[in-house]
Amino acid sequence: MVTHHADAARAWSAAAAVVDPEVPVLTIDDLGVLREVTVGDDGVEVVITPTYSGCPAMDAIREDVVRALTSAGFSEVRVRLTLSPAWTTDWISAAGRTALKEYGIAPPSAAGPVSLRLSVKCPHCGSLDTREVAHFGSTSCKALFVCRACGEPFDHFKAL
Amino acid sequence: MTDTEESSTGQNPDEHGRVELSAVLLSDEFVASDTPASPLVAEYALWLGDDALVLAQRLGDWITRAPELEEDVALANIALDLLGHARSLLRYAGSASGRTEDDLAYWRDEGDFRSAHLFEQPNGDFAHTIVRQFAASHYLYVLYDRLRASTDPVLAGVAAKAVKEVDYHRDHADQWMLRLALGTDESRRRTLLALEDIWPYVDELFSDDSAPIAGADASEPLFDALEGIAVRPSTLREPFDADIAPVLAEAGLEPPTAFHAAGGGRRGRHSEHLAPLLAELQVLARQHPGASW
Repeated sequence: MVTHHADAARAWSAAAAVVDPEVPVLTIDDLGVLREVTVGDDGVEVVITPTYSGCPAMDAIREDVVRALTSAGFSEVRVRLTLSPAWTTDWISAAGRTALKEYGIAPPSAAGPVSLRLSVKCPHCGSLDTREVAHFGSTSCKALFVCRACGEPFDHFKAL
Repeated sequence: MTDTEESSTGQNPDEHGRVELSAVLLSDEFVASDTPASPLVAEYALWLGDDALVLAQRLGDWITRAPELEEDVALANIALDLLGHARSLLRYAGSASGRTEDDLAYWRDEGDFRSAHLFEQPNGDFAHTIVRQFAASHYLYVLYDRLRASTDPVLAGVAAKAVKEVDYHRDHADQWMLRLALGTDESRRRTLLALEDIWPYVDELFSDDSAPIAGADASEPLFDALEGIAVRPSTLREPFDADIAPVLAEAGLEPPTAFHAAGGGRRGRHSEHLAPLLAELQVLARQHPGASW
């Protein structure tokens, strides 16, 4: 019989491999959405947290987590949402930031929201000569930018 | 209320027009708390949750109708954040009476809603929507900023999350206030008119008056009973005024003081605007109970 300890590590890996449906280069682990995986006698409990309160991807993530753990051989999978501590962009891992940039989304700055606007680097050409077109972008977590140097529009994962 | 009672006893020829609540299965959806809210905390959560729900529904109307594509997206994003706050708060409010967030959103009638009148004001032209957003987001910001310190962990958790999102909403409204007020003669004329129309509804946000709550001591005011848990609305007036002052000054605007609307939303008395909004919000759930897509 496999111990709970080994099971917990395996359950974490299975859940951690689930990707964000809207930013499919990021796993929910990289994104900091996956908070806890516990294996007990009565099944597996996974705790996730939304990036934004109304994030519609949470339902898809919840289903994907159940599917991933079920395929990994677990039964009685429960997914619980928590709001505390509140998610911030600081929860995105270094690997996640690199993946975002390679995907063409400018990663958030580490400092959180800043009133003094710092330049956002264009993920296409690396220029700092960019401007914000709109504060709100294709999903809750992104703002729309355009690069003055190469002319390309791009999403910026905004700091929260 | 009376409508529901009549339709549940009378014969209705439309097979979808009559709904038995017991036959509806609604999924258990959002952020869980192991401890149910007390009736008083539930009342307060309902105030905040209804404000967010009603404003989200209003803003959703702008999708495909905003002055520019980016605004479609911005207002939809703001509405989505508010809907997220509403879901958590209504879920918590419902825990006091064994109801789900969907029960509260779809199956309550107008008189049971506790939203303030500001949030149900019609979208009007874009200036009206922006002035409403300006008042709403500055109010929500100062509110959630303080509610973070609540001794109730669920309210504190929702507030800590919401305050950061509302900060973006506030910035969005500020930028548009400046642009509209200092833009063309026409945009300024419309902004002034919107300010006259919307501002009378601001005072209600800072009223501590509440409806009697079933199962609670009627002699003790709600916010005395919720000391440390809720934020007393009257204490938010000063920080709200301080928060909006620099923007109004830069925009060259004065908040009108000519008259104040009667209010009463917290007691379930609403303007003529809420019922049509709720009809649209609730029609699908009521005609096709349990529908999902």
